[in-house]
Amino acid sequence: MTLAIERASGDAAAKPLVAQAVRQKKNERPSWEEPPTVVGEAAKGITLGGVVLVMLVPLWIIVVTSLSTQAAVNRAGGLVIWPDEITFEAYRVMLSDSTVRSALIVSLGITAVGTLVSMAVSVMCAYGLSRARSLGHRFFLMLLIITMFVNGGLIPTFLVVTGLGGYGQWWALILPSAVSVFNILILRSFYASTSVDLIEAARIDGAGDWRILWSIVLPTSRAVTAVMALFYGVGYWNSFFNVMLYMPTDSEKWPLQYVLLTYVNRGNGMPGSVNSGFGDQFSQTAPLALQMAVVVLTLVPLLIVYPFVQKHFRTGVLTGAIKG
Amino acid sequence: MTLPAVLLLVVFNYVPLFGLATAFQEYDPLAGVWQSPWAGLYQFERLLNDSLFWGALKNTLYLSFVQLILFFPVPIALALLLNSVLSERIRNFIQSVVYLPHFFSWVLAITIFQQMLGGAGALNQFLRSNDIGTWDVMTDPHTFALLVTSQVIWKEAGWGIIVFLAALAAINTDLYEAAAADGAGRWRRLWHITLPGLRSVIVLMLVLRLGNALSVGFEQFLIQRNAVGHDTAEVLDTFSFYYGIATGDYSYGAAAGLFKSVISLLLIWGANKLAHAFGEDGLYRK
Repeated sequence: MTLAIERASGDAAAKPLVAQAVRQKKNERPSWEEPPTVVGEAAKGITLGGVVLVMLVPLWIIVVTSLSTQAAVNRAGGLVIWPDEITFEAYRVMLSDSTVRSALIVSLGITAVGTLVSMAVSVMCAYGLSRARSLGHRFFLMLLIITMFVNGGLIPTFLVVTGLGGYGQWWALILPSAVSVFNILILRSFYASTSVDLIEAARIDGAGDWRILWSIVLPTSRAVTAVMALFYGVGYWNSFFNVMLYMPTDSEKWPLQYVLLTYVNRGNGMPGSVNSGFGDQFSQTAPLALQMAVVVLTLVPLLIVYPFVQKHFRTGVLTGAIKG
Repeated sequence: MTLPAVLLLVVFNYVPLFGLATAFQEYDPLAGVWQSPWAGLYQFERLLNDSLFWGALKNTLYLSFVQLILFFPVPIALALLLNSVLSERIRNFIQSVVYLPHFFSWVLAITIFQQMLGGAGALNQFLRSNDIGTWDVMTDPHTFALLVTSQVIWKEAGWGIIVFLAALAAINTDLYEAAAADGAGRWRRLWHITLPGLRSVIVLMLVLRLGNALSVGFEQFLIQRNAVGHDTAEVLDTFSFYYGIATGDYSYGAAAGLFKSVISLLLIWGANKLAHAFGEDGLYRK
């Protein structure tokens, strides 16, 4: 039995989308293709333009509103679409607010530690499984794959974590979801098909497995490593449900997403906004610009990392990663 | 080197499997799994007589169906459109933009929707300023299925095109040239070359969609359930959370979870059988 995901990522690793490269190199219409109709081209342009706008316009409105003064928000009757009076006041207030500040630190901390743990564990596991003669690798592979189809589900997992004393503990936000079998299988198929000769040569020269992993396998698979780290990192950065399960009342341990949910999405008053210069008429709901600033804050780290990793999506890393 | 990962999986995936025993108990948090009294199939009997559970099952199936019809074709169409754009620069730009929302959290995506379509959002701001009346899309149960499907399309359709783009790229361009020489127009080439080339990927995605018919996005519904009301927004996953953990009726929630897992497993197996029957590999090859 072979899984579709292994087949796909194995193929992708073996020939990193040569076909796509060939097709994309040619920026011109092949001579045998009939000339496009005006209507067809216009419809295509409008559709694709519309798709891009649907993605970007909401982000634009949110960013502009977060940069607006209260007066501009009042004039616009809510969200601000065209920049009117630009101010960084909302950001200043937000970063001086203890709730947001601690949430930012918590989020960054969980993301950093979680990604590190996940990557270490996954890379080691994938390397171990990629060496065909390693001890019991078929058995371990099955053990991994089974978890993709069968799991205890929400409540038994909750009972195990709380049974181990995880309630209110940081590790409860990281360890239960630290291993993604899916990511391991992608890494494994890359490791299995790249630099086989190099590895053999290194082994003859007396390098051990740790040395091979660190000096050969990792450097030769930077793209896939970067993409997997992004997947894990985004997972930790975005998670909020495990907070709801394991520390719903410890507001100083809340990460940014949970703050966003509580104060922006559900419109509860931000405790800090009472004495933050906006006056206590805002103690019920934080001003719109401030809310939008929190939204932007949750976006910023992603927008910083995304351009660096995103270019690897096209190099064939993900053809396998997305299947399954 | 495999051990740390395996250890984590054993603790957090295999041990909970034994925890499924709670579904056959009257779980008492003080007594734990070992000491809690056994209840046989009592929890399942409760489920079958619970109209809230049937409501959740009905909502799940309905939402799954709407998503299958409205969401599933979108990435395919988008991939075909994008593939026909000649300029590599424009193609890359569009790809970067449409992949982005996949990396947003559901909290963020729903907050964005709320700011655009909610009671105080951009849409109603526009309606109010033109005296057309208001429509709070975010809390309207009648259009909820369309709302959540459009959220899924907004967030995931762009990401979904990757596999189709890869499959498109793998189609031999000589086929198109030969077909064109034989007089096939662009629609006939689409029908006779492109779609057959995408067939196995489409079948694979369909198998996965059917196998996941009972999972329609837990966090998405968890966040929006209270705004719309549980009549329309309760799905199986939120049911197990609300009646299992939030109210402390662990065994009942675990039974609902187990029910869902077993049916899902059967669905995956069945969908895969179907794929094999059509001569495709499906999820796994025998």
